[in-house]
Amino acid sequence: MDNMTLIAVASIATAGLTTGIGCMCPALGEDRAVATALTSLAQQPDASATITRTLFVGLAMIESTAIYCFVVSMILIFANPFWNHVIAEVTKAAGK
Amino acid sequence: MRLSPDQMIFWQHGLLKLNGTIVFTWGLMFVLAVGSKLITRKLSTELKRSRWQNLLEIVVTGIEKQIEDVGLHDPKKYIGFLGTLFLFVALASLCTVIPGYEPPTGSLSTTAALALCVFVAVPLFGIEERGMGGYLKSYVEPTVIMLPFNIISELSRTLALAVRLFGNMMSGAMIIAILLTITPFIFPIVMTALGLLTGMVQAYIFSILAAVYIAAAVRTRKPKSKPAPTPNT
Repeated sequence: MDNMTLIAVASIATAGLTTGIGCMCPALGEDRAVATALTSLAQQPDASATITRTLFVGLAMIESTAIYCFVVSMILIFANPFWNHVIAEVTKAAGK
Repeated sequence: MRLSPDQMIFWQHGLLKLNGTIVFTWGLMFVLAVGSKLITRKLSTELKRSRWQNLLEIVVTGIEKQIEDVGLHDPKKYIGFLGTLFLFVALASLCTVIPGYEPPTGSLSTTAALALCVFVAVPLFGIEERGMGGYLKSYVEPTVIMLPFNIISELSRTLALAVRLFGNMMSGAMIIAILLTITPFIFPIVMTALGLLTGMVQAYIFSILAAVYIAAAVRTRKPKSKPAPTPNT
């Protein structure tokens, strides 16, 4: 496998794996957070405003790790510096 | 595939570029500033007031109550900054219903600028409230060993603020763009509605997190009966 193929294969595989794992694990964390929030809402319904707000803030923090994985996947697919470098070299070699 | 409104160039002259981010940001600023000025021209304290004034009052008192709930006891000092953050990000996301518009928060430059504003505002408010010595002492609480960790957490949560907002807005726009090429009939409308919802939630999250960081910097030493939650992402 030459360099170009290797870079392409590695980028595509890593992008898919990053999104896959990056969506599974935060979802597991969020499910525990929501479950606990629902339990405490059932026990103390008069604190529902505080619980709901804290739940949303906590969910946003957990979601941000999923967003990091998404951003890395996007970079690998659309703004991949290794791929751009290899393409530039190939273009230069073909144009000579 | 257009990743951000940075790549929509409206006008270019040498190095100066007028791209979509700048145009839409200034459009939003114009709408917010001119709209508020027009509505607050004739404020009335009678029972009969215009509906726009009612709308603004609902928004302002809502934000004040949220700031107070977070633990900042004098919301009027902070509502200028926090309210503006919320209104800008919320309006940027709401205007997605206008065709041809891309939210400027979908560009990393805008979200990085907003996160930097929060990064600068937290020490400013902290020093204003507790004095320089009191604020700097908060970095060595509870022990001196925590000093590098406190600094790193300060930097990383600013980064997290920027990337969270950018990622949410960009993914919303990108999902709709991709769906338009696959199933252009009904599904993109559903995803636009979802994008609106996440936009409003992210606006709320951004301003609430800024308020929590400011509250953590501003609180004075109390007896350790109830530790206040300090997020460290």
